[in-house]
Amino acid sequence: MTFSLFFQSLINGLNQGAIYALIALGYTMVYGIIRMINFAHGDFIMIGAYTMFYTIPLMANAGMPVWLSVLAAIIVCSVVGVVVEVIAYKPVRQAGSMSALITALAMSLFLENLAMVLFGAKPQNVQKIFDLPTINFLGVALPLNVILTILIGVIMMAGLQIFIKKTKIGKAMRSVPQDRDASILVGINVNRVITITFAIGSALAAVAALMYCTKYPRVTNDMGSMMGLKAFIAAVLGGIGIIPGAMLGGILVGLIEIFVKLFAPGWYEAITYAILIVILLVKPSGILGKNVGEKV
Amino acid sequence: MEKKYKISYLINILGVIAVFLLFVLLFETKVFGPSTQYIKGICTTACYTIIMVASLNLVVGFMGEFSLGHAGFVSVGAYTSAIVSSALAGKGLPDFFLFLTALMAGGAMAGITGVMVGIPALRLKGDYLAIVTVAFAEIIRVCFCNFPITGGGKTMSGILKLSDFYWCYWIMAACVAVMYMYVRSRFGRTVKAIREDYIAAAASGINVTYYKVMTFTVAAFFAGVGGGIYAHYMTAMIPTNFNFMYSAELLSEVIIGGTGSLTGSILGAAFLSSLPEMTRQFSKYRMLVYSIILVMVMIFRPGGIFGNWEFSLTRLIKKLTRQEGGKKDSRNEKTKGGV
Repeated sequence: MTFSLFFQSLINGLNQGAIYALIALGYTMVYGIIRMINFAHGDFIMIGAYTMFYTIPLMANAGMPVWLSVLAAIIVCSVVGVVVEVIAYKPVRQAGSMSALITALAMSLFLENLAMVLFGAKPQNVQKIFDLPTINFLGVALPLNVILTILIGVIMMAGLQIFIKKTKIGKAMRSVPQDRDASILVGINVNRVITITFAIGSALAAVAALMYCTKYPRVTNDMGSMMGLKAFIAAVLGGIGIIPGAMLGGILVGLIEIFVKLFAPGWYEAITYAILIVILLVKPSGILGKNVGEKV
Repeated sequence: MEKKYKISYLINILGVIAVFLLFVLLFETKVFGPSTQYIKGICTTACYTIIMVASLNLVVGFMGEFSLGHAGFVSVGAYTSAIVSSALAGKGLPDFFLFLTALMAGGAMAGITGVMVGIPALRLKGDYLAIVTVAFAEIIRVCFCNFPITGGGKTMSGILKLSDFYWCYWIMAACVAVMYMYVRSRFGRTVKAIREDYIAAAASGINVTYYKVMTFTVAAFFAGVGGGIYAHYMTAMIPTNFNFMYSAELLSEVIIGGTGSLTGSILGAAFLSSLPEMTRQFSKYRMLVYSIILVMVMIFRPGGIFGNWEFSLTRLIKKLTRQEGGKKDSRNEKTKGGV
């Protein structure tokens, strides 16, 4: 492998990984708090992408800066996330993990099929938000778009980490999964914390949608399901419920995928899933996770 | 065998034959006119969907574990049986035996896959198991996309059209009967004990892993048989047919019908698989309606529409004849409601 090919793949892998990491953050936050795989999270990306698809021409026509449509996507996604949580997830929260999982799956199916009914099954092209040149660096074509995408990802992750560690709501978010009853006792409104978690997770999905559309400007109604699954793999790989774990897992999955694609294009998905299986069997708590024994 | 059981077996077999004769009567007298063939096709669809959904219910309802990768086993069965039937075609075998051999091969291969997936995967529980089954199903799909013998990602076509409704009906009845007997056997009771409390089950000397893998394998076998019928009905297929969405669809049919109720699976699968055919113009909204029903069921009736209630012909007859003096027979026999 030549250096330039390696470097190119590395950049591509980091780009892909940053997208997965952002999506994985949403999964990991929700799973960390209510122990539920939010299958619909991948579909929030789809909603974000469709929002951008429809708002970018509006913004351009109104003479406003195009990147404002990202804000629109963030708002729409947060609202959808909160609505899904309140309507579907809240009623089944006490009913056990199986009900929660099925409801999440049902919401994912619902959003996907609603999008198909509303927007059609035909893939749509999203207009570019950033139009940046490609520079040459050490003989490698380096689109500035990609660099910007990675930067946005890193900033979002760092911001989230600070938010979780330093702010009051962030601390509440960390305390709820540790001991829900004790959190209620010290005056944390658990329902509100969960709702805020969903809002933040969905907002991250909107940013991930922006990053995805910068790389692959295509929107389909089922774009979220497989990507969501892979991001979930990333979250599990890093240790679900742990925010740095999600970032690490996302970057790893992205890099693995791009490098496997280089050697065995038809098999890269299988390799990603095989890694997940191995990780779950060998160390179910993930790379950064701690093993917790089971109480009888 | 006690006399009571013999009688109820007989009653149930008669019930199955009666339903079959009803179908024969409907189809042979051409009540539906020119659309008879079309309706027969829908009934065949219902047959294989029933087998798949009932087999998934063994895992989800009776074992209480979550499998989101059932389409993987279905695809193994479908491809294996298609390959076997096209290899054996023209060897002078009668069609029915050819069909049966292909289905058995498909089921066996799916069963083997079930063992291979089950042994590692069933160490996990709950959400993680669900994700791992998805991963295995996706790996299976990618394999079919890359193997030349399965069409290498393109449509595999030219499969013999062997799925005749009359045959499929009997295969379906046999499959459901075996599954029902499995659930009510020692094995089934053990599996239910594991579902209720696996620690207690293990403490009382049950080999939890063995029974779990066993159930998973039985479910995979029947999924493979269902897949075989599917392949020989569709005559052409592509690996993307068996993606995550298909697994999710099967699972939603189990849940809506009722986890832990084969009656629910049969009625749910029959109804939900024929519904989109009846209302072609609304097929776009099918999954939308499914998902709404699914959320509703989860919120208002978490056990599914039928819960774990089973239809029993014996009990029904008893009720109708108001048999006095007989002691209450809670051991209702094999369910067979018809399609």
